Amino acid sequence: MREFVYLRAASVAEAVAMASDDGPARYLAGGTNLVDLLREEVERPARVVDISGLPLSAVEDLPGGGLRLGALAGNTQVAADARVRRRYPVLARAILAGASPQLRNRATVGGNLLQRTRCRYFYDTGAACNKRTPGAGCDALEGFNRAHAVLGASPSCVAVHPSDMCVALAVLDATVNLTGPEGERSVPFTGFHVLPGLTPQVETVLRDGELVTSVDLPPAPPGHGTYAKVRDRAGFAFALVSTALLLHVEDGRIVFARVALGGVAHKPWRARAAEDLLEGATADAASFERAASLALADARPLRHNGFKPILAARLVRRTLTELAAITP
Amino acid sequence: MDGRAPLRLRVNGQPHEPPADPRVSLLDFLRDHLRLTGTKKGCDQGACGTCTVLADGLRVYACLLLAVQCVGMEIVTVEGLADDELGARVQEAFVRHDALQCGYCTPGQVCSAVGLLAELRDGVPSAATPDLTAPPGELTDAELGERMAGNVCRCGTYHHIAAAIREVAAT
Repeated sequence: MREFVYLRAASVAEAVAMASDDGPARYLAGGTNLVDLLREEVERPARVVDISGLPLSAVEDLPGGGLRLGALAGNTQVAADARVRRRYPVLARAILAGASPQLRNRATVGGNLLQRTRCRYFYDTGAACNKRTPGAGCDALEGFNRAHAVLGASPSCVAVHPSDMCVALAVLDATVNLTGPEGERSVPFTGFHVLPGLTPQVETVLRDGELVTSVDLPPAPPGHGTYAKVRDRAGFAFALVSTALLLHVEDGRIVFARVALGGVAHKPWRARAAEDLLEGATADAASFERAASLALADARPLRHNGFKPILAARLVRRTLTELAAITP
Repeated sequence: MDGRAPLRLRVNGQPHEPPADPRVSLLDFLRDHLRLTGTKKGCDQGACGTCTVLADGLRVYACLLLAVQCVGMEIVTVEGLADDELGARVQEAFVRHDALQCGYCTPGQVCSAVGLLAELRDGVPSAATPDLTAPPGELTDAELGERMAGNVCRCGTYHHIAAAIREVAAT
């Protein structure tokens, strides 16, 4: 681990000031990802600003029926919250599908958004990685890329975003609240993470020094929602593919559908064409099959992950079928 | 620095100054600085669970925490569980059910089991919980497997560990 200056922030304003000083800085919350990246020397910040003492851990009702998740709210805390379990089961299911109890006890909402990819070439400082060292090249392109992206990738980077929780936040159309040197702003969750393009080191729209302070959920969506994940072992593993789905059926017709995919792209992937196809369609096997195929229609597999589009489409179809079978 | 009270972390009830070097993990602080070698180092990257300790009552991986982050926290290691009623019951159950072979993962398994039982008491759901809106149900094999997924045992004593935890949970 390289040397860094450790600073403990007593307020959001102080944290932003500490992080906006000269030289690269990283905010430290639960530490479950950052401590590992520091140890591997993938992350080499000059300063680490510990924000874990800030009052950002509440889960609060919003006027109008939404819910605000503080950036420091723990994964266990959010998944166990009675309001989340009742109104946003897709989010509780996504969180519980990720990591292990020990990690969820430390991991935070903000940290989950800012997780770095688990691409092995990103982690291996002896390998070429444009995300770690811009311009260095990408060893995953011709390497072992079974876990890598099939949608929205670029010749610079084929890494995937590792989060389960973020796939649910994408399907729920959450909003991310930020505080930075120039004040506060909010961005739609689906616009928070970006595709790699030629600058895969840029993963979000965060500006220098900006801090995620909370994530807002809109009022509970109609119908049913859930999260389904396929991985190499039954527990404690990252997704090969996953899906967060919301579905509301009235009199056999789909009146509301939201489809997001995980494990397939540099960001949580919203399949909007599939949503458009589903809404207004009959809730039957043919509609689900067409929507699932459409969600993966643009997939461009790499050498070792040709299974991903097929597996993801099957997972979407199966999970839509299960949601439609739940009686209201 | 700024006139605030000295920053300490507590380990098994004893206050300690955090290390001067912020790069020291809680795991290395426990083992190398405090000589509390009950907590073991396996992967040192949050994948094996053998360094599991309790931080303010929650099970966590000591390898993924900087010791300086733990200022203000109450850390309990397997050594501290000797004086803990639940910790002692878990350890006795492990012995009764022969829930270890080489024993290297055992301190982490014991701390994790204590954390699991607290999570059950608090109604924390898991991926194996069938109905998220219902009160906690019984500790099925699926629930136990999922809730202990953060601890690896390379000797494969999982069934014995499960039996030990199930016995304590039932009493």
